[in-house]
Amino acid sequence: TATVGGPYGEKASGPGVDFSYVGIDAILEQMRRKAMKQGFELNIMVVGQSGLGKSTLMNTLFKSKVSRKSVQATAQEKIPKTIEIKSISHDIEEKGVRMKLTVIDTPGFGDQINNENCWRPIMKFINDQYEAYLQEEININRKKRIPDSRVHCCIYFIPPTGHCLRPLDVEFMRRLSKVVNIVPVIAKADTLTLEERDFFKKKIREELRANGIDVYPQKEFDEDAEDRMINEKIREMIPFAVVGSDQEYQVNGRRLLGRKTKWGTIEVENIAHCEFAYLRDLLIRTHMQNIKDITSSIHYEMYRVRRLNENNTVVAHANGMPEHHLAAHEM
Amino acid sequence: IFHLIRYSTQGQFPNPETPGYVGFANLPNQVHRKSVKKGFEFTLMVVGESGLGKSTLINSLFLTDLYPERVIPGAAEKIERTVQIEASTVEIEERGVKLRLTVVDTPGYGDAINSQDCFSTIISYIDDQFERYLHDESGLNRRHIVDNRVHCCFYFISPLGHGLKPLDVQFMKAIHNKVNVVPVIAKADTLTLRESERLKRRILDEIDEHGIKIYHLPDAESDEDEDFKEQTRILKASIPFAVVGSNQQIEAKGKKVRGRLYPWGVVEVENLEHNDFLKLRIMLITHMQDLQEVTQDLHYENFRSDRLKRGGRLSSHGYILPLSPAYVLVCQLSSLHLPPPQRTNLCLDTHRVTKQHRNATVGHNGRHICYSSETEPKHPELRRWKLSY
Repeated sequence: TATVGGPYGEKASGPGVDFSYVGIDAILEQMRRKAMKQGFELNIMVVGQSGLGKSTLMNTLFKSKVSRKSVQATAQEKIPKTIEIKSISHDIEEKGVRMKLTVIDTPGFGDQINNENCWRPIMKFINDQYEAYLQEEININRKKRIPDSRVHCCIYFIPPTGHCLRPLDVEFMRRLSKVVNIVPVIAKADTLTLEERDFFKKKIREELRANGIDVYPQKEFDEDAEDRMINEKIREMIPFAVVGSDQEYQVNGRRLLGRKTKWGTIEVENIAHCEFAYLRDLLIRTHMQNIKDITSSIHYEMYRVRRLNENNTVVAHANGMPEHHLAAHEM
Repeated sequence: IFHLIRYSTQGQFPNPETPGYVGFANLPNQVHRKSVKKGFEFTLMVVGESGLGKSTLINSLFLTDLYPERVIPGAAEKIERTVQIEASTVEIEERGVKLRLTVVDTPGYGDAINSQDCFSTIISYIDDQFERYLHDESGLNRRHIVDNRVHCCFYFISPLGHGLKPLDVQFMKAIHNKVNVVPVIAKADTLTLRESERLKRRILDEIDEHGIKIYHLPDAESDEDEDFKEQTRILKASIPFAVVGSNQQIEAKGKKVRGRLYPWGVVEVENLEHNDFLKLRIMLITHMQDLQEVTQDLHYENFRSDRLKRGGRLSSHGYILPLSPAYVLVCQLSSLHLPPPQRTNLCLDTHRVTKQHRNATVGHNGRHICYSSETEPKHPELRRWKLSY
């Protein structure tokens, strides 16, 4: 048998198959294979007044008709009397990676004359998903893979006024950022010039800071120096100013997604025009797993602790859990 | 910066500007990156009579010395000896991947003249790890749960007999529903090739006959390459593995090999024609993930549902564990009868559990149960947990 240097000193080969040294990094390959086989789940919620382009943006993000409006052919443009929560799921696949994408739409939010407490049904929906997961998790005979309907990310659409956040925006984000990852975006950003956009963003960041609102990526959840460096750069850029479109146009010989106007064509994926590409990269290409991890290991755990404490008040004191954690889920 | 992040992650990445390309195909790479950061934990138990070469084999498998200060007791000391449980942990790192391997040794197994009860200690240990995990998983602070559950048990069979001994059968039947059992024929250089094949067949027949459930390697997936499929076939056909272990370098045929020097030749540990050592090693590494999964999804879940149905009862060595908050919730939701209130304070993370155990609790028979362990060892050196029962 032939010999080649290796950690064992020899590379052995038997008849046909090579049984040479296998390193423990082979475990990673097994994990990847398992992950690919199982597929992934992602649940995104979109919140914002009607007309801000939420459905279009979802379609643009996933380059398919995944939004509520695309699916329900008879969807009316009427504003509902109360806030509705509508979930649409799709199985999508790319390069062998399968994903179950659920888009949760919230028509009616912020559209009424009196919008007091309009965050309540949304808060309840989010907590209901945590509850469903908890129930399955503590079951005596539980499923091998607990179906995950928890909201991983809530994209909040800010109207492009150019001035500052509205009281509704502040109120909503302040409450919801405690239970879910919020990603604020400036909708229909093609209304703003670059200067107006930068000014608006700075103003928004100031107001978020002033109100103690922690949007994704939250500073306190940075895992290490590498993460912090990347996330700091992101925190300096949010909220992303986005434009959505599912129409393609011919630009310089290429077919691109965009909006065609008399004064030019806005290319959605061109970072000189808008920040859609950054949003897409953040949500999908680089931070998707992290978004899910924060949801399951932080937001869900906080819900669980509160829920378990409700049943056993003795525990709260023995555990010494800080009070503000318990208050987070109150509406 | 997204450009940087994207290309710093591994894996083939098609041109992102391909029309219609969304990019969630990068998800497995994100998961991969997280796994590398986290590292892996694996617990391997070895069971077999003294002198079957268990320690040598374990050292050979991972090219380490887990037992530097070892003292082998004489026959007189062995008479009264009960089975001990000794866990040793070592951290191995290769190509940036960290593995925290715990080997649980069971000296004293099968040594006593009357080995009637020699495995109840082992079963208790396995159950205790499940119990501990269940307790941690049901607790309030779940950020740092340590998984000490036994993922795999190598059971060493003597090559001197004609198959399984009654103790072998009894033991494997007692644990096959709690842990993945991998039978191993020890000191296989006692056997000729023909004898080895005959013994393997005999053992497999007896395993069948007695309804023993050993760990089954999953078949290769249809999308794997041919080499991997062939390798899996060869591995499956070689069970139980007949192995020889050694940490000595011998000069043979002009090169240094690990082996055993006899007047009639050299047995090479890493020679596939001499024994199944390499196959065992490859089986363990390439199925580490699956072994953990089966432990989690099958053995642990069985334990958990039994345990929850039984109620907040004693663990097998008589120590009453406090009710976890999640358990209380389960009872309420499924209208199970709650057990009577517990004596001890509720303790919620493993640190506190350790302290309270040492101070406040004495189990049955006046024996102290002390886990002198703590969280992750900071240095890649050996740590010993000694559990005395």
